[in-house]
Amino acid sequence: MQRDGRDILLDVRDLRTYFFTEDGVVKAVDGVSFHVRRGEILGLVGESGCGKSVTSLSIMRLITPPGRILGGQVLFDGIDLLKLPEPEMVRLRGSRISMIFQQPVSCLNPVFKVGDQIAEVFQVHEGVSRVEGWRRAVELLRMVGIPDPERRAHSYPHELSGGMAQRVMIAMALALGPELLIADEPTTALDVTIQAQILDLMRELQRRMHTAIILITHDMGIVAEMCDRVAVMYAGQIIEEADVQTIFTNPQHPYTRGLLGSIPVMGVVRPRLDTIPGTVPNLINLPPGCRFAPRCQARLEHQARLGNRCLEENPPLIHTGPGHQVRCWLYP
Amino acid sequence: MTLTQMQVQTTLDLSTDQDLVVVRDLKKYFPVRRGLLQRITAWVKAVDGASFTIRRGETLGLVGESGCGKTTVGRTILRLIEPTAGEVYFEGRNIFTLSKAELKTLRRDMQIIFQDPYSSLDPRMPVGASIAEGLAVHGIGTPKERFEMVVDLLRKVGLEDYHARRYPHEFSGGQRQRIVIARALALRPKFIVCDEPISALDVSIQAQIINLLKELQEEFKLTYLFIAHNLSVIEHVSDRVAVMYLGKIVELTSREELYRNPLHPYTQALLSAVPIPDPTLKRERILLKGDVPSPLNPPSGCRFHPRCPVATRYCAREEPPFVNIGTREREHWVACWRIM
Repeated sequence: MQRDGRDILLDVRDLRTYFFTEDGVVKAVDGVSFHVRRGEILGLVGESGCGKSVTSLSIMRLITPPGRILGGQVLFDGIDLLKLPEPEMVRLRGSRISMIFQQPVSCLNPVFKVGDQIAEVFQVHEGVSRVEGWRRAVELLRMVGIPDPERRAHSYPHELSGGMAQRVMIAMALALGPELLIADEPTTALDVTIQAQILDLMRELQRRMHTAIILITHDMGIVAEMCDRVAVMYAGQIIEEADVQTIFTNPQHPYTRGLLGSIPVMGVVRPRLDTIPGTVPNLINLPPGCRFAPRCQARLEHQARLGNRCLEENPPLIHTGPGHQVRCWLYP
Repeated sequence: MTLTQMQVQTTLDLSTDQDLVVVRDLKKYFPVRRGLLQRITAWVKAVDGASFTIRRGETLGLVGESGCGKTTVGRTILRLIEPTAGEVYFEGRNIFTLSKAELKTLRRDMQIIFQDPYSSLDPRMPVGASIAEGLAVHGIGTPKERFEMVVDLLRKVGLEDYHARRYPHEFSGGQRQRIVIARALALRPKFIVCDEPISALDVSIQAQIINLLKELQEEFKLTYLFIAHNLSVIEHVSDRVAVMYLGKIVELTSREELYRNPLHPYTQALLSAVPIPDPTLKRERILLKGDVPSPLNPPSGCRFHPRCPVATRYCAREEPPFVNIGTREREHWVACWRIM
């Protein structure tokens, strides 16, 4: 499958995942479309509750009740994952697509040695012996930069620091050489010097193994350093998508602009930070128009031209330049 | 004169008029108890000899990674936890020798804002009552006057009058942090310890709270100790910055100096590790080896030496003193053998 002249690995189309709670229907992901090319790093950016984690869990088909994927397609190498029988999906998870999370220690089984847990990946997916699995586990631990891997393989998860545990998770995730790695806030729980180590490791392994990565983060600094392209999410939808240079030099959606203006940047001291007034909308009672409209300053500035359109009608995602898409009535 | 005496001298000299808070050789060790008899088997040296001053009207940023002792410093200098050793002077009075009654009077001048606004408020109390609680404790005003003060405070932090009757669960995280700030302001304090006040909040809300804290500082002539792990935030809010590592302050100077000319290898590594939101920037990063060691068993000599890219054999043997290598007016304190 070709688009923009490069190979598309993952193509998410109009994905909808809702949660049916006692308080009402939470539209966590509401018509999300994006794609990931082979070997690239796509940043999925947004604040808590914008649907970025639910999007990734939907791709992995790990949504549990009261959540449900209502529609859309998740085309992975041309196959629609949403239509795949569960046994095939199980085989695919971990081997061709794998995932790492924010809290690495809670992702590991506390009663097994990390060496056994990594070895299990090879035993289950490749049917190798326990001894061979252990040997390859030690090899992997060495690859992800864990000192003294023979001894460390005998550690239990609680004996590892946060940074070390995330290295173990990365080792497990990359064990079978997946084509796609979904990293959900992989360094948010870590200290900044450890974060630098982990990001460095991810970048190095990505280059070596040519793995595509969906990097979910709220940190625009990490986006700038790691990503090739960026999709910005707000209240369950993608509101802007562009290559990383464009997002920082020519952000078009008022939310993206507001987000960039509101973060303190080291080395650039300003008397005041820009702010976005108000708070993120409740995903049960979404405003009828553009979901950002109630907080949008640009809407007020352009009221003469736009009238009440922003409050009445949700704008579609439209192309404003090569590879640049925006969901806003200000454009074209 | 030895180096340690020199250091004490300088802090004392400055403590006359300019400084609101003077901290001298502060130590806080937590016991580790084991076994049936809960015998003390070891000590966690959370803060192990910190000395610094906080000037009237300034924001002193205190930055460091988790477990470095920055939160313990904040709580100990308010005497929310008792120190192991050291002195803290607030307007010239040693708060560790004050009686309970004297301390209560002093508490009006010193407040704290915590990281988690969800657990900082009593869920069964309307927020107006929470804000007024301190006023009532100190016997300020009649209930009616106190309610007026609450309304006034709510407006000051960007909330509405009717919010006073609502309960904490009815507010978002950012709004709750505003309520906590209103409560901290109620007694018109001089000094507020802000312990990671924005790190539990969403990015777009963080900027609102930072701006609010700055506005209030100007309006009420407040002095802040701003504790955070985010170096970009610290640069944005601070006048001077102190960097902590494993219970020690390793560098302290003005914001401009620290970010332009960091001297301690740890500060240099810390600054180089911060991801900067500019994709055109290509930086040389100093990657530190390994993890932060446990404060239960800190390394010998300079505590940073096992991870330090420029450490010599001497660094493992003896602890470097914390000295001012700048001038008296443009001070730059650092604890590193390679600098001296």
